Amino acid sequence: MSEPIFDVRDLTKRYGGTPVVQKLSFGIARGECLGVIGPNGAGKTTTIRMCLGLTAPDGGSISYFPDGAAPLSMPRDALAIKAQLGVVSQFDTLDPDFTCAENLLVYGRYFGMRGAAIQARIPQLLEFAALSHKAQARPAELSGGMRRRLSLARALVNDPRLLLLDEPTTGLDPQARHLMWERLQLLLQRGKSILLTTHFMDEAERLCSRLLVIDHGRKIAEGRPRDLIAEHLEPDVVEAYGQGALALAQAPLARLAARVEVSGETVFFYTHDARPLLEALSERPQLRTLHRPANLEDLFLKLTGRQIREEG
Amino acid sequence: MNGSGIWRAPDLSLRWWPVFLRNLLVWRKLAVPNLVGNIAEPLMWLVAFGYGMGALVGQVQLGGTRVPYILFLASGSICMSAMNAASFEALYSAFSRMHVQKTWDGIMNAPVNLDNVVLAEMLWAAFKAMFSVTAILVVMLALGISDSPKLLVAWPVLLGAGITFSCIALIFNALAKGYDFFTYYFTLFLTPTMFLSGVFFPRDQLPAALRLFSDWLPLTNAVELVRPMFMDQWPATPWRHALVLAASTVAAFWLALALTRRRFRA
Repeated sequence: MSEPIFDVRDLTKRYGGTPVVQKLSFGIARGECLGVIGPNGAGKTTTIRMCLGLTAPDGGSISYFPDGAAPLSMPRDALAIKAQLGVVSQFDTLDPDFTCAENLLVYGRYFGMRGAAIQARIPQLLEFAALSHKAQARPAELSGGMRRRLSLARALVNDPRLLLLDEPTTGLDPQARHLMWERLQLLLQRGKSILLTTHFMDEAERLCSRLLVIDHGRKIAEGRPRDLIAEHLEPDVVEAYGQGALALAQAPLARLAARVEVSGETVFFYTHDARPLLEALSERPQLRTLHRPANLEDLFLKLTGRQIREEG
Repeated sequence: MNGSGIWRAPDLSLRWWPVFLRNLLVWRKLAVPNLVGNIAEPLMWLVAFGYGMGALVGQVQLGGTRVPYILFLASGSICMSAMNAASFEALYSAFSRMHVQKTWDGIMNAPVNLDNVVLAEMLWAAFKAMFSVTAILVVMLALGISDSPKLLVAWPVLLGAGITFSCIALIFNALAKGYDFFTYYFTLFLTPTMFLSGVFFPRDQLPAALRLFSDWLPLTNAVELVRPMFMDQWPATPWRHALVLAASTVAAFWLALALTRRRFRA
């Protein structure tokens, strides 16, 4: 990996004897977007909290590499590291009593910035968040997407080099999500590095150059999205559902697929060549079929299972 | 966050200031209704009890001197106002910021640690108490209840009392699951404190055992410091009272910090 900006080695955390994060290692290169995906309770948020020095790890190291200076280590140098980070947490923590502009001003002060320096940045931050017309509005008057963008603008107030984004688009409609993606891509083009957790596989595939899949606090896969799919999955998927679909899993035509999975009322055939399977299925008109390339969601479900998690 | 365990030494710096400033900015937007609320209630107590009861009671025997009841009550109730204002702010308002609005979480994503956030909330609640106290003092001066120049010394003492009660309240803030919890604090701690600390009647009236106990209550010590100053005298044992207040403040702040760290798993 070229020129890391952030490096995590053997990170471990236990809560009351229960391991939440176990020997987790990863790095983030400059200008890279690393995606962390995993089911609820996999340890994503705890990992981010440790990266922010909010929770002390039980083992391992977290290093940050500033430009032209000695590496800093969390939690010892927490304040120095956080001065160069931007954070968007899972839940908005905007100040309801302040306008958008005041939210940015007050937040900038936490970084020790002078009022005049922050004021000078506010117009461009609001413009970046597409909120220039809402400068005097309070968070309660904003839509969910606007609030998330204000949170992003707030995270940029100190011109951070690395952004930690914990599910930044959860709960947004497609338009708001696309606008958020566009902004994040713009930040990557400007050379920012991003650590992103998400439950949306399309988001991970679109934004992240590399992915880390974690479950039960452990790393279970790491790599480029396309490479991971190629490594773990057959290229084609045929989904079949409708009357009698479930019986197909045991039917002779199942042998046309490399792998078969059943979830609810749907059968998933994973295959290197979908044609013979599709032909066989076309003889059963009562069934509905969907043929598509394997995607990250398939990978995610293969690696972490299809069962619903307790904490989900 | 050096060292480990929730009891480690406080890690404090000037980073509390922008957090304090944040609270000040919010409050500035609501200052007028705040002011009315902060002064109106203590004044109603003072007028109703002071003049109403005062007419019945006349004078109160205090040590060797007799004191008009209104003066006795005013000097006690101003300490109670400091206690109530600090407690309200460090409980209901701090809890809103900490738990409901998640303001603290947002702040801690910036380079401000939990210890400084707690310090800022403590000083802020004390500031609010001082604000109330100042407003009430002005009204008391206007009503001619006392014109002792020693009130200038009473003023920082009341700020100190505000700090003490902010620290104690933050312990309960750290333990709270919801606003309902604070009802226990008010009814089981603050209300008895109010009656045992010589605000409304001299502590001589208390049974000996209760009186001994009340010697150690922070409010008692605040009242014992402030009351003589209202009568243009100096307290007989100022260091003893100051020491009790200082010791409760330090112990309460440390405990509040430890419990808040536990709450935030920091």
